[in-house]
Amino acid sequence: MNNKQKASPWKSIKTGLFTFLALVILAYGFEITQVNLEELRSEKRQESLTRVTRALAKPDIFEYDQVEEVVNQPIYVPCSASGSEASAAEKTSEPYIVITPACAAPGETVQVEGFNFAPYTVGPLRFIPGSDPSNVVSLGRENAETDEDGHFIVIMEMPKRPSDDVQYIRATLRRNVGSPHLSQTAHDTWDKIIETVFLALLATVFGTVLAIPMSFIAARNLMKTVKSPLTSITLSTLGWPLGIAIGFVIVRWVGNVSAALGSNILVNLAVVVIAPMLMWFGVRWALPQEETVVPSRVMQFGRLGVILLTVLVGFLGLFQLASLTISSGEILQTALGPFGFLGYFLFQAGDIVAILTPVLGGLAAGGTLGSILGRMGQRGSEKLPVSGIKTLNLILTPVAGATILGLLGQLVEWLYQIGDPNLTLWGPMAVGALAGLLLAVFTKPKDALPIGMVIYSVTRTFLNALRSVEALVMAIVFVIAVGIGPFAGVMALGLHTIVSLAKLYSEQVESIMAGPLEAIEATGANRLQTIVYAVIPQIVPPYISYTMYRWDINVRMSTIIGFVGGGGIGFLLQQNINLLNYRAASAQMLAIAVVVASMDYISSVLREKYV
Amino acid sequence: MLQIKNLTKIYDGGVKALDNVSFEVPDGQFLAVIGLSGSGKSTLLRCINRLIEPTAGQILWDGEDITAASQEEMRRIRRRIGMVFQHFNLVHRSKVITNVLAGRLGYVNPAWSLVNRFPKEDIEKAIKQLERVGIAEKANHRADELSGGQQQRVGIARALMQDPKMVLADEPVASLDPVLAHSIMSHLEDINKNDNVTVLCSLHFLDLVHRYADRVVALNEGKLVFEGLPKDIDDKKFKEIYGRDAERVG
Repeated sequence: MNNKQKASPWKSIKTGLFTFLALVILAYGFEITQVNLEELRSEKRQESLTRVTRALAKPDIFEYDQVEEVVNQPIYVPCSASGSEASAAEKTSEPYIVITPACAAPGETVQVEGFNFAPYTVGPLRFIPGSDPSNVVSLGRENAETDEDGHFIVIMEMPKRPSDDVQYIRATLRRNVGSPHLSQTAHDTWDKIIETVFLALLATVFGTVLAIPMSFIAARNLMKTVKSPLTSITLSTLGWPLGIAIGFVIVRWVGNVSAALGSNILVNLAVVVIAPMLMWFGVRWALPQEETVVPSRVMQFGRLGVILLTVLVGFLGLFQLASLTISSGEILQTALGPFGFLGYFLFQAGDIVAILTPVLGGLAAGGTLGSILGRMGQRGSEKLPVSGIKTLNLILTPVAGATILGLLGQLVEWLYQIGDPNLTLWGPMAVGALAGLLLAVFTKPKDALPIGMVIYSVTRTFLNALRSVEALVMAIVFVIAVGIGPFAGVMALGLHTIVSLAKLYSEQVESIMAGPLEAIEATGANRLQTIVYAVIPQIVPPYISYTMYRWDINVRMSTIIGFVGGGGIGFLLQQNINLLNYRAASAQMLAIAVVVASMDYISSVLREKYV
Repeated sequence: MLQIKNLTKIYDGGVKALDNVSFEVPDGQFLAVIGLSGSGKSTLLRCINRLIEPTAGQILWDGEDITAASQEEMRRIRRRIGMVFQHFNLVHRSKVITNVLAGRLGYVNPAWSLVNRFPKEDIEKAIKQLERVGIAEKANHRADELSGGQQQRVGIARALMQDPKMVLADEPVASLDPVLAHSIMSHLEDINKNDNVTVLCSLHFLDLVHRYADRVVALNEGKLVFEGLPKDIDDKKFKEIYGRDAERVG
């Protein structure tokens, strides 16, 4: 009790100090962010604020066809030495204007009176400098508005543009005819908002597809159990780059074979039809659905050969498919008329397949060789005597270390162009070899190393680093890579989607129930089967939910990614803001609001339905 | 014959869950494993199919050393050991039939099962197993639409799909009411007696032990404190197994 009473003044002083400190920080924030309401009170600001707000309140969506009546009336500013001429030329039916006095010094006011215009029309009344009545440059801010007789009177101040030549005052009175229709701005906005929505759609689709596999290697609970002996890790590390290189070469060769077959549509079609059939038979033969006895060595090699052949046939089929879709897309693009975009899609899809096939081949071969060698290492370290494995490790691990760091060094060389192989090739290789040697010396040969956690940490770091780069910044890079336009926006948003979704997804994987995982594992299922049967069913609802959330974000992001050249409506919006064309900008803001709100609504409805 | 020799498991935090446990289980026996919560029953069962890696000791099954098996061999060993869990451990959002078919994952070719293709015989077999446990009509329901007793029967059907030589049942009836408990236990008894499958079943209630088990082992703080016939558990033994202050219920 006593103690508490003693402590209380200290506590008050402490609280007071903290409050004071908080206030000081806040005050400094005012200084830094230049909080200044003085500006707001100035008349000039208020005037333009009113003007802009009013323009924003009238989005440029509907417009009438307009007819104009333009009258130019000469005026001398200042009055010429020869004296003033009568300005009014009396005409009976045509519209005309009368200026009194007929000439004026700069800064003086004149009265402009218009007759015979159409009733109830409005339009600008402008001073035209120079002696050319068709000059598009005009000065002044006055507006004329006619009454029922087509008559108006406006007092106008002459600008400080003295000239000996004759100058003009122009009245342009406009009136609407016919019924309202969508303005040009509305049409442009429609085009761009469609582009925006599809930009978001493509980015979300690509992002989701690539984020799903990534989320599994970024999930702690799945990766923690992945442990391998050093021999297996080493062999696998060597297998990946080797496999990628081999795969790339082979698939390129298949590509050449495919190119040699030509781009005859009939040949393409035949191969595209036959290849999957061959693959089907190959796979059916080489991968029996269920077997209880271990097949013989010869059988195993035979199967491996058939699988390899099947894969080669598959890649040939892919190349032919690309060629087929490219040529048929080209034909369809013109043949389909308004549905030509389907042809365009086919063409581009074929192109994507053609570009991705060698990459795919490289990765597939890398993965295969990596996992085969890894398994050999696993089996080796289970069966071979300890001393044998130790020797193997002492030889292989330095090689693997040298390979990895050598490749990394080459990447650095490519990025920074250091040009010194001692620094970027031999140095890293030596360091890698040394690190590998140390690892091989100090690990017990049969110990399982937590390689899963290493992969997990690397992936997580990579994701976090990339996630901290805003999509807008990525868009700037991609604009340089693929040019200004929506495609750059798709790439930037897609990449950002991959990294942020992979993080969110992996957290969902980490929070699944462990029971089913254990049960599936107990049936003898391997890792991949466990993921498919125990993990995936559990994560479907949160994945859908997060994908929709991301789709929401992407729609919003795609509206502004155009600010940096990433396509979509942002480009138009920025342009109109810079041109002070606030009514058009308002139309685009309205479009964005409508799209974002409806996407919000749709996604919430879908989420309720499926999750 | 399952032989467990000097099995010890020490968890990362230093907790000794199993302490030098040794016993043998002849083929076709119904063995009950009893003991307090936290006495190491679950750890023991999970060490047998190596869901948990034992720290030391050996497990021999028909002469094959489970503790030394490679990953490939482990897959072949595990597919002959069915497992039934206290919380059923079904995949809730999958259909009942898919949950049952998952029992074949150790047999089928991984490549085909990844795209959810099972041989026709397996699907027929899954239906047959569901008929055996009496819920064939629920085959196309989602697993979480079933009641607890039904879910455990699906769990048993899944274990049966493995053509098991041994079933590990980790407190299979602890979250069910007494009537359901007997129904589930009689399914296990049926498998044990008619299919000649060895059953290792951890249990809490002694009347279930007396009714179903051929033999009993008891654990206390990771140590084997009793091994014998159910009828040999008298009050003195009971106090040894469950502690001085324990009282018998049921």
